[in-house]
Amino acid sequence: MNRQLYSPLIFELSQPGRRGCRIPDNHLPLADDFLAANLLRGEAVNLPEVDEPTLVRHYNNQSTNNFGVDSGFYPLGSCTMKYNPKINEEMAADRRFAALHPCQPDSTVQGALELYYDLQSALSEIGGMAEFTLNPYAGAHGELTGLMIIRAYHNSRGDLKRTRVIIPDSAHGTNPASAAVAGLEVVSVKSYPDGTVDVEALAELLDDTIAAVMMTNPNTLGIFEHNIPRIAKLVHDAGALLYYDGANLNPMLGVARPGDMGFDVMHINLHKTFSTPHGGGGPGAGPVGVRKGLEQFLPNPRVEKLADGSFRRVDNPESMGRISSSLGNYAVAIRALSYILTMGCDGLAAAGRLAILNANYIKERLKDLYLLPIEGICMHEFVFDGLRDKSTGVTTLNVAKRLLDHGYHAPTIYFPLLFHESLMIEPTETESLNIIDNFIDVMRNIAIEASNDPETVKSAPHNTPISHPDDTAAALKPVVTFDQLQRNDS
Amino acid sequence: MAHPYLPHTDADIEKMLGVCGLKSLDDLLSVIPGELRLSRPYKLPEAMSEPEVRRFFESLARKCQPLTCFAGNGFYDHWTPSAILSLIARSEFLTAYTPYQPEISQGTLQYIFEYQTIMSRLTGLPISNASLYDGATATAEAALMMVASARKKNRVLISATVNKAVREVVATYCKYHGASLTEVAEADGVTSRQAISAELAKGDVAGVIVATPNRYGIVEDYTGLADEVHAVKALLAVNCVASTLAILKTPGQWGADIAVGDAQSLGMPLSFGGPYLGFMTATSALMRKIPGRIVGATTDANGQRSFVLTLQAREQHIRREKATSNICSNQGLMALFAAAYTSLVGEKGLQEINRQGAAAVRALVGRLEATGKFSKAFPTRPFLNEVALKTSVNIDELLQRLADNDILGGVKIADDMLLVAATEMQSADDIDRYAAIAAQL
Repeated sequence: MNRQLYSPLIFELSQPGRRGCRIPDNHLPLADDFLAANLLRGEAVNLPEVDEPTLVRHYNNQSTNNFGVDSGFYPLGSCTMKYNPKINEEMAADRRFAALHPCQPDSTVQGALELYYDLQSALSEIGGMAEFTLNPYAGAHGELTGLMIIRAYHNSRGDLKRTRVIIPDSAHGTNPASAAVAGLEVVSVKSYPDGTVDVEALAELLDDTIAAVMMTNPNTLGIFEHNIPRIAKLVHDAGALLYYDGANLNPMLGVARPGDMGFDVMHINLHKTFSTPHGGGGPGAGPVGVRKGLEQFLPNPRVEKLADGSFRRVDNPESMGRISSSLGNYAVAIRALSYILTMGCDGLAAAGRLAILNANYIKERLKDLYLLPIEGICMHEFVFDGLRDKSTGVTTLNVAKRLLDHGYHAPTIYFPLLFHESLMIEPTETESLNIIDNFIDVMRNIAIEASNDPETVKSAPHNTPISHPDDTAAALKPVVTFDQLQRNDS
Repeated sequence: MAHPYLPHTDADIEKMLGVCGLKSLDDLLSVIPGELRLSRPYKLPEAMSEPEVRRFFESLARKCQPLTCFAGNGFYDHWTPSAILSLIARSEFLTAYTPYQPEISQGTLQYIFEYQTIMSRLTGLPISNASLYDGATATAEAALMMVASARKKNRVLISATVNKAVREVVATYCKYHGASLTEVAEADGVTSRQAISAELAKGDVAGVIVATPNRYGIVEDYTGLADEVHAVKALLAVNCVASTLAILKTPGQWGADIAVGDAQSLGMPLSFGGPYLGFMTATSALMRKIPGRIVGATTDANGQRSFVLTLQAREQHIRREKATSNICSNQGLMALFAAAYTSLVGEKGLQEINRQGAAAVRALVGRLEATGKFSKAFPTRPFLNEVALKTSVNIDELLQRLADNDILGGVKIADDMLLVAATEMQSADDIDRYAAIAAQL
């Protein structure tokens, strides 16, 4: 691609007088002074002015500077970058869903409410929960909603001193951040050398100030928390609730259900386990499920099925409150239901096991060259602590960037924080053995190259549209708009 | 039977298990206690073929009735240019992850940078984040941000004229976060400035949230408000509707520190509630306090202009419980939507869209007033494309009769109050049909 020709910003393509869209003229009269001058901006916005072909070519060419799941393999740990089926897009685009205003009367949106109900029921079956809300917009938003539900539960019992939440040291950064937004103090619990939560340490921390324990299972090391029945009992005996971070739900498909493990509240990332596109960072969806007895605390509005088979939206006075404008990222929910139907109970059951198989296969074939800190069968992902041969100073970052040269997205790096050179790999069930074998070959070649020709690896990437952007300069004096950029240039 | 998204053949599985030293797929589950393992199939349908899936959704879609839309309440029926639908379907954009690897994410990073610039220009404030979930959560984030920016002050004022759903979401966030939220009374459809002054005088206010256009569609006049708020070292956030900023005085011009709201009005499909696009822009002083992703410009090793996620030290994956927010993803793809929409429609187009809506809602109101059953709830107040009407008719009955005729007649916001809105999408014929039905009641 010719970056010279195709890399300008839309503002640099703008020519006064161009238009890319014709507005209908309804020929209705409007007085010039329909609003007083002091309420008007009175100056131009300076929006770009481009014709349609220029705009389409601009973004089309931009898209070729991007890597997506349709471009290639994303071994991105804890992100579950599986294939996004095309039929989901087609179902979500149906105008009869896309044109519905959220304030339409229930009688005119029965099919849309039924779809919401069908998806929440399917997720309840998969999660082993009593009911789901689809209102939260993202995984982090789901965590926040779940913690608020837990607080609403304790508050409803007059149990107001439960203001702390226990989170394992291996947890995603969102867990403590969500807890802080929900007004909870974070208490960290350490892990055993095998990577699972230290049950004795957890028992020590549990008291009547603990609102919840947040767990990811399998955890961020890809290890199943096999003590979970004991943990659930300890947590419940202490009067707290157990929260399931659904970031790693994928390997549990057809294998085990959070509800059966003893979890009380959970969220699911539809953009991970249920194949909806990540969209370069959204829109996602983070439905939250609760076990029986907690349904009344779900956020408003809820969708309820009536005895006559019809559906309606209801607000519940005991609810934790409202968390979204209306029913969440509805078009994302359509895609997830489409996925569940195309996979079926049989396809979903196979998906978890195949995701686990792919991860173990990669781990076994690379562990002679990369340092595997925790041996044994992993679930859908695993963590290397960098290269085995550390003598040449090639880091995890270097390996990740060198992978870009070979047409692969980088793995998750420097997380979890338990190891210095964490390199976390998650293949999903939609990657074929051919792709995985090729990825393994590339990873092996990089390891060998790191020993023989370390400078090539350290200076990677070499074949990407840009190379080594200056992050430090970007953060030191942030330039976040074209207007700032122009001022700096002039 | 082989599944279309699962490439493994039996031979593949056997080979891979062999490498792992295992005999069956279930051997992979040996680390999971037996009593936890699912011993039955999910109670879900068997896998469907594409025609069967289509049939399933068709049966649901038939039970939905898209209506000619005279409703707003924060979300407006605008035309979506076809080019945008084609662009956001590009799988390089659609199926990409958050742009953590800038070398292979320039496409996403560049459109977010464009989006930030456009939101900055629309709102009249110099900096923007990469987007938030929706207008309600963006307003809640603003409340928490104002509390976090204040020293030893924990109280936020919110005007009663802010949209109800937005106020409820802000209340939820504040309640659990431990921030104190006070709703400030309205007077004749607008924020009571007297009530605001009285609260500010107490000296414990970290920030104030107001809206324009407000919950009644009224364009509020905030002359002098920012000075009053800043005098007590508090911050001012203005909730607004993105498309209206092409002609209305901007939060920046009102002197606000933060602008928040929903950008759905930039041509995004109504989609029964989402995905929409929460936006937040702010003064430069708040650069390091703003939540969410931010894209910044820099140069690469070859001196090429490049874009990266910047100021990540504010964010949850680095700062954990000390982060400015728990937000990870933004509404990435919808930022592309907003950038492409504003560029296609352009300066004059967006003004024209505002005028068309203003003309259409005035035409509708004129026809409804002529029936003698409707009048403006706040007759002296200025409005753009949405207005609250008082009526003697039964609103539920009216809305049902209209819906029977494929018209969404507005939103009932009180027993005798109907909020109606219009855009470039409703024709004179649609207005005639609406008025004729209303006249019969």
